[in-house]
Amino acid sequence: MRTTTGAHYGLRDWIAQRITAVFMAVFTLVVIVALFTGVAESAERWRAFFGFGPMRFLSFLFAMSLCYHAWIGIRDIWMDYIKPVWIRLTLHSLTLLALFGYAGWCIEILWRL
Amino acid sequence: METRTVQFRIYRYDPDKDAKPWMQDIALELESTDRKLLDAIVKLKAKDDSIAFRRSCREGVCGSDAMNINGKNGLACLTDVDDLKQPIVLRPLPGLPVIRDLIVDMTQFFNQYHSIKPYLVNHDPLPERERLQSPEDRDELDGLYECILCACCSTACPSFWWNPDKFVGPAGLLAAYRFIADTRDQTTSERLDNLEDPYRLFRCHTIMNCVDVCPKGLNPTKAIGKIKDMMMRRAV
Repeated sequence: MRTTTGAHYGLRDWIAQRITAVFMAVFTLVVIVALFTGVAESAERWRAFFGFGPMRFLSFLFAMSLCYHAWIGIRDIWMDYIKPVWIRLTLHSLTLLALFGYAGWCIEILWRL
Repeated sequence: METRTVQFRIYRYDPDKDAKPWMQDIALELESTDRKLLDAIVKLKAKDDSIAFRRSCREGVCGSDAMNINGKNGLACLTDVDDLKQPIVLRPLPGLPVIRDLIVDMTQFFNQYHSIKPYLVNHDPLPERERLQSPEDRDELDGLYECILCACCSTACPSFWWNPDKFVGPAGLLAAYRFIADTRDQTTSERLDNLEDPYRLFRCHTIMNCVDVCPKGLNPTKAIGKIKDMMMRRAV
């Protein structure tokens, strides 16, 4: 059977993987700095920190970034190692479904605060 | 003349005779003038003429004697015997089908090389003498045109091992950028289109094995980064 390439995508994911990586690194720094200022001293302060408007915005973006970043990374692993197309497509689908589920669950927890 | 004994362990496989590959241990007397690994392998061949390997220029220009030396790809003719830990383990380049002993079938490697159209495309009428470039534009090709297609890099790349039929590989992508960067070429956009694919270009995960093994000191990872950079510039 002929091998076909030329799907004409990849650049957007490659850029997105880098942007999400930078965003997650910055977010992690923000959380580390906040930890040094004592936001984790009590459950109330921790809750207030994540309930703060801009933090809700950033933590939502963090969850989205993590899922998009993980999607590209895990998809790359399936593309590298899994040859049968139907198994690969199934794994792609399961990964996407799992990541959507995790993203919703994560946001639900964070926004409940 | 001073001599020394060097221990070798060589991958042997003759599909006409062997059911599976095996490793042969050989001790070899080398003279002080036998400095390069290729000198030693030529002597090994004199001792046991059933050993098969490729060689040609013996000075790092033809790329024929690329092999896996103590676990790392390199050219036998550029490798000093005395720098190697003994026994010196010689294997064929990894990831490609073995034809016999240290000789591999490089069809997939060259198919990928051909897929990037490794020649200048310019539809303007031929000038009387040559297509000129400014010295600055010519400098862009340094570190790209020197590739000798020995395949050390592509066969050290796990992405090429897993998808040699779809991933262009570091050598092919270095050559691709050589023509993308060439101001005399008129098909830059088509060349980028040809590579914009999750397999052809984006299988590179920047682990830089290619840079580590290149016997010519070239940097395919940097060239791949520049291709991605150009794609990004034209897209955003």
